[in-house]
Amino acid sequence: MAAHDHHTHDGHQTHGHGHPELGFWRKYVFSTDHKIIGVQYAITSLTFLFFGFCLVMLMRWQLAFPGKPVPLIGGLFGETMMPGGVMLPEFYNSLGAMHGTIMVFLGVVPLLVGAFGNYVMPLQIGAPDMAFPKLNMMSYWVYFVGGIVMLTGFFVPGGAANSGWTSYAPLSVVSQVSRNMWFTGQTIWLLGMVFLITSSLLGSVNFIVTIIQLRAKGLEFFRLPFFVWAQFVTAFLLLLAFPPLEAAAVLQLMDRVAGTSFFMPTGLVVSGQQGHWTGGGSPLLWQHLFWFLAHPEVYVLILPGMGIVSEVIANNTRKPLWGYRVLVYSLVFLGFMSFIVWAHHMFMTGMGTRMAAFFATTTMIISVPSVVILTALLLSLHGSCIRFNVPMLFALAFLPMFAIGGLTGLPLGLPAPDIHLHDTYYVIGHFHYVVVPGSIFAIFAGIYHWYPKVTGRKLNEFLGKLHFWGSVVGANLVFMPMFFVGMAGVSRRLYDQTVYQHGANVQTLTQISSFAAWFFGLSQIPFIINFFASIRAGKKVSDNPWEATTLEWATPTPPPHGNFPVIPVVYRGPYEYSVPGASRDYVPQNVTA
Amino acid sequence: MRVRSIGLWALAMTPVVFLATSPVAWAQTSTAAPITAKIDGKYGYWLPPDLSQHGSQIDNLITILHWFMAALFVGWAIFLVRCLIRYRARPGHAACYDLIKARPAKAVEVAVVIVEIVLLAGFSIPAWAKVKNDLPTEADTIRVRVVAEQFAWNFHYPGKDGIFGRTGPQHVNPATNAVGIDLSDEHAGDDVQTKEFHVPSDKPVICEISSKDVIHSFSIPVLRVKQDAIPGMRIPVWFRMKPGSEGNYEVACAQLCGNNHYNMKALMVIETPEKFAAWLTKAGEKEIFED
Repeated sequence: MAAHDHHTHDGHQTHGHGHPELGFWRKYVFSTDHKIIGVQYAITSLTFLFFGFCLVMLMRWQLAFPGKPVPLIGGLFGETMMPGGVMLPEFYNSLGAMHGTIMVFLGVVPLLVGAFGNYVMPLQIGAPDMAFPKLNMMSYWVYFVGGIVMLTGFFVPGGAANSGWTSYAPLSVVSQVSRNMWFTGQTIWLLGMVFLITSSLLGSVNFIVTIIQLRAKGLEFFRLPFFVWAQFVTAFLLLLAFPPLEAAAVLQLMDRVAGTSFFMPTGLVVSGQQGHWTGGGSPLLWQHLFWFLAHPEVYVLILPGMGIVSEVIANNTRKPLWGYRVLVYSLVFLGFMSFIVWAHHMFMTGMGTRMAAFFATTTMIISVPSVVILTALLLSLHGSCIRFNVPMLFALAFLPMFAIGGLTGLPLGLPAPDIHLHDTYYVIGHFHYVVVPGSIFAIFAGIYHWYPKVTGRKLNEFLGKLHFWGSVVGANLVFMPMFFVGMAGVSRRLYDQTVYQHGANVQTLTQISSFAAWFFGLSQIPFIINFFASIRAGKKVSDNPWEATTLEWATPTPPPHGNFPVIPVVYRGPYEYSVPGASRDYVPQNVTA
Repeated sequence: MRVRSIGLWALAMTPVVFLATSPVAWAQTSTAAPITAKIDGKYGYWLPPDLSQHGSQIDNLITILHWFMAALFVGWAIFLVRCLIRYRARPGHAACYDLIKARPAKAVEVAVVIVEIVLLAGFSIPAWAKVKNDLPTEADTIRVRVVAEQFAWNFHYPGKDGIFGRTGPQHVNPATNAVGIDLSDEHAGDDVQTKEFHVPSDKPVICEISSKDVIHSFSIPVLRVKQDAIPGMRIPVWFRMKPGSEGNYEVACAQLCGNNHYNMKALMVIETPEKFAAWLTKAGEKEIFED
């Protein structure tokens, strides 16, 4: 781990623990230090993110050229899944289900919460570590095991789970019938989910206690960086929303392996045979339990990203964020509302007028704090002095892209337009705009912004700008056509949309999305090169190269075990930039007047 | 130590190899009838043609919403670009610490909220209520039970007596009796089950949607109809066609239902009443055998 080379790391003087020097394995692998754990999360989740993206690059070939053999690599996937290099529909469905699962549960959330949250949050609150370092280590390793379990699904007969990341019953219960149901991808998916959810629950408890209990002296709640607020609310979402899904995953597991009927209604006839379940269960129960988590989960996907973007914007506009209190109240309100909108994913299940009106109303209400947060970040640019470095480019791009993603949620959140748009490509365009040029751009902004704190070197600017422009153009060209494909009536999760007349007529748009996706993939190459090369060859910088005010920049670089040689005291708010009368254009939080 | 771990690894892999070579019944074939008819309608890059009478409410709302979204986005984008140009860092330019006034921002916020309330309460909720509650009550309404399965749509007509024969899972025969009609029921004799969906163009239609196995979704884009087909439930959906809607259209599945989800389509034929009556008689002549 180059960031913690032996010659820069000196554990003893910086903390009074008095324990002996740890060996390699305890220091760098089974570490309880939040920074090592943060880096572990980052490397693991970036790898999964890349893998999940490779899955969809493969899918996009089939979408663009249905039934044609995949060039160059088509022969690598074996005759069971891709005979003659042409993927089978079951493999396409597996790729789709695993792409969604990996991106959400193994990629974006572990990156935003496990990597950024773990590394940066304790530093920003002036703490020496998390409240429960051993629990922190456990949450990483449970995540790691969960990820490995998920991947083994690809290697069992029948392949990985193929019933969508949503795993709706009865499909997910009847799919992949085998002599040993435990040894099927769909079952393995459920086992993987149990590990991943457990990891999140352990982590969220840690975050909440740390933020409440370990803030430095003088760091009142309304002096916290917005990033910490975002992690705080996110931790509550994870803690309260995940348990129903963990329970539901176990129930679905029982339906698959033990023949129970939690989600299986009476009288099923599958492939001409009567089902062996006694019945009496409800498929809708799974949907409610799933979406009760999965809606707050999408706010988990975006809130830490908003936190990162806020930090980068405040720093690179050289002025305080506009409406800090408004931002915080909106964030908390958003978190609360996210628990009572879930059934807008279920408008087509036979919902009556009263239920639909309730969920449509709460969905419209929740759009208000989102709009407020976006507007506040936009207003933060007014009267500022904008530095266009690479983190700021990504943070700025986040704003209009998140706007498009959020706005396209409106026709989906109203039941009447949703009749036409539900389960079409319009939905795919909507959520990908929020997650890709939304969350993932925020992640890139965070990596460019905090890389110098972790490694002591900046990422290369030219490669960063190449990465940025390729990603912005690529992401928009992938997802904008999808709104039109969906409006034309093309359903989601179709192995071949040209089977339908309305699908065949918009196939050109689908091909544009595919080419753009491969271009987006190529645009990540400068970033991957930059990420690894800059560890050794990047420009060396000081402890606070961005001239920032928050506490993580007040540590040595990289921060030693225990973080602060002297625990800081906080005297002011987090964004005291361009203070009239100050000698410099920034006043760090821990500097006395 | 090394030999032992290799040995343990080989031992662990043995069940993997054994199970990897065992047969798995995970490929299900399609039972849909291939469609050879030419499909009518001009399909482009926005909404498909609308042959229904309730569709205009949905289409108008989609259109108004998108103008509203565009207005917001353009407003925000203009403000963003203006700021990026006006406040870019350059020699002699410094940021301004003082907060700007909240009033214009608050006015925009209030306007946005009011527009959303109007769209919700004035347009969407009434449209939804109409779709859900205004089932046709005419005596000559065409009633069809749509029974989804992996991977075909089955259409069960009640026949001349207008009463659906009793069905049950034990009567299902995939080849001859996909819907599972109980032939011993007195009302079942005139029932018709088909893989093609025919309706006369001049009558309202009520479809009762259900499924035999997994969740599917009954979707007819040109009629602005979509309803999940959930096993264990029977959910009504209705539509009235505009005059002159005769032609061939497609029924799609809009909920992932397995390997052949993409190919789970049915031909929908909107035809004149005479042609419909003739078709229904001919379809009824195909016999259903209990196995």
